[in-house]
Amino acid sequence: MLNFGGLTVFFGRSLGQAVRLWCEFRGVIEPMPTPQRKPILLDFEKPLVELEARISQIRELAEENEVDVATQIRQLEARADQLRQEIFASLTPSQRLQVARHPRRPSTLDYIQAISDEWIELHGDRGSGKDDLAMVGGIARFEGRPVVMLGNQKGRDTKDNVARNFGMASPGGYRKAMRLMKHANQFGMPIFTFIDTPGAFPGFEAEEMGQGEAIAYNLREMFSLEVPILCTVIGEGGSGGALGIGVGDRLMMFEHSVYYVASPEACAAILWRDAGRAAQASEALKITACDLKELGILDVLLPEPIGGAHANPVKATEILKSALKANLDELSQLSGPDLRRLRYEKFRKIGVFTEPTENGALT
Amino acid sequence: MSLFDWFANRRKADPISQDRQEREIADGLWTKCEACGVMTYTKDLRANQMVCPECQHHHRVYSPDRIHQLIDDDTWQPLDVQVLPQDPLKFRDRKAYGDRLRETQTKTQLQDAVQTGVGELDGLPVALGVMDFRFMGGSMGSVVGEKLTRLIERGTRDRRPVIIVCASGGARMQEGMLSLMQMAKISGALDLHRSQRLLYIPVLTHPTTGGVTASFAMLGDIILAEPKATIAFAGRRVVEQTLREKLPDDFQTAEYLLNHGFVDAIVPRTQLKGTLAQLIRLHQPASPYPTELEALPQDVAAHLR
Ligand SMILES: [Zn+2]
Repeated sequence: MLNFGGLTVFFGRSLGQAVRLWCEFRGVIEPMPTPQRKPILLDFEKPLVELEARISQIRELAEENEVDVATQIRQLEARADQLRQEIFASLTPSQRLQVARHPRRPSTLDYIQAISDEWIELHGDRGSGKDDLAMVGGIARFEGRPVVMLGNQKGRDTKDNVARNFGMASPGGYRKAMRLMKHANQFGMPIFTFIDTPGAFPGFEAEEMGQGEAIAYNLREMFSLEVPILCTVIGEGGSGGALGIGVGDRLMMFEHSVYYVASPEACAAILWRDAGRAAQASEALKITACDLKELGILDVLLPEPIGGAHANPVKATEILKSALKANLDELSQLSGPDLRRLRYEKFRKIGVFTEPTENGALT
Repeated sequence: MSLFDWFANRRKADPISQDRQEREIADGLWTKCEACGVMTYTKDLRANQMVCPECQHHHRVYSPDRIHQLIDDDTWQPLDVQVLPQDPLKFRDRKAYGDRLRETQTKTQLQDAVQTGVGELDGLPVALGVMDFRFMGGSMGSVVGEKLTRLIERGTRDRRPVIIVCASGGARMQEGMLSLMQMAKISGALDLHRSQRLLYIPVLTHPTTGGVTASFAMLGDIILAEPKATIAFAGRRVVEQTLREKLPDDFQTAEYLLNHGFVDAIVPRTQLKGTLAQLIRLHQPASPYPTELEALPQDVAAHLR
């Protein structure tokens, strides 16, 4: 990314290329950052860690003693792959929550940059007097056409997380998002939103500046837009903070993403009066992509690479990009008023209740 | 003699012993004001719409009384009374949601946390929704979402202003994401109502919080609130945890929101009906500068019941 006085610009296909361009522009040659970081493993991945430790141990021993163990290693690696597949195929909701919150999980900006041919970030919300870095947005070129993209942005490390308030947007963030969506509507651009937040920020200033109003306004106005809106939960969909950019023609979700009305921790504290019951709450609340598909809330479930999106971000990006393209192509056939009508009908149907019909049957 | 003096005189004229007072509070004959401690004859308190004549404290009022206070006699037609809650997630916390629903229904004689209907307010046709805090804290699940959506659609079809008296702790967690999505559904119905240039007035009463604040409570063309009502998105305790200093005493009150530009007027309950009638009349007849109305999409029009 290039930072020109508040305007962040990204050119070309890769971040690396942009960094090089920037270095040339500034006349500095700096060593390229190497993203060789130690993997962060979750507790349920422990059997895998042990297996992988054994593989590298054997490899070292073989090297020291100059023995050929290629076959054994291949077998062990196949076993590790299988184990990983098994573990990730049967995650509990609270384990999925851990994957959804994984610090290395690709973020909104990662995906935007990876799926776009060009991208320019736009910051202004025109009013709150402060740029909310927990919400990012701008205009990108996607498969040849301009698209407004925006979403919740979690930090990529501790320092970044502080600046981005752990992905919890304030009213200014929601107003920035709406301002960009109205821009899209004005210029006939589709909208992609990426959801990844523990929730809207529950802070003093956020309340003072009308957090409730900011989200409410987005909910209503998103129904009035006459361009295609595709919303994707890429990580954590935290309640109203997620819904505030989540009213669209398609709701897509990665397999290990979660979307909830209240965080399992908060729900446990309120309903069980015991925050320690979060795992139980995460079961009861039905927060996984599979559950939401069953409830008729989710439209498109995106499979994840084995080991989760963070284990293979390139593959995850491909999956996301082709789903966005397919759904955008479909929606692009519809007129603005039709999009608006169908969007209303889609939400209109959500809800479960009984009502006796005229012949006495329950619906 | 003002109403106030009348109450004061009445109290002087009827001194009663401590003992007898306590007995009569228990009987419900007298009500002790939780704000100023003064006793008021319950009948008088009710006649004053449960507003303490001494200190103007607004006691809680529930949906049947609200409807009675706002709608002209014999004009109320309840809507969708047969829409009943289900337990789609088979949710169980310390108690099963299904049991909780049945117990609350028996105790409150309500089907769920909102009553909706059409009627006349000072002779003006309106569509009115009233939330009831007694029903699981006025929480919003599928039934609240469906009934309010139908009410707003009815308002759009019949070109009536919509009034919603809010009182809610937020989304109903026991219905999971289905409850969160009701926020969007109701907001979508309001978008259609608004596209027909029809008036929507939410009345925020104590307490209006969470998902209700982040949806229809804050979407009024004009937003009214009752004095001292708590109006919040995040709960006070949650906000306190993100902050080192103490919060101002009036934080998240109707008065605080008025000062910060999120509420248009604070209206004492005894003046609410009159204020609503005044506002509706000020919006009738439609603007002297008529602008072309956006046509309601045909399929949507057909969808409206
Ligand atoms: Zn009092």
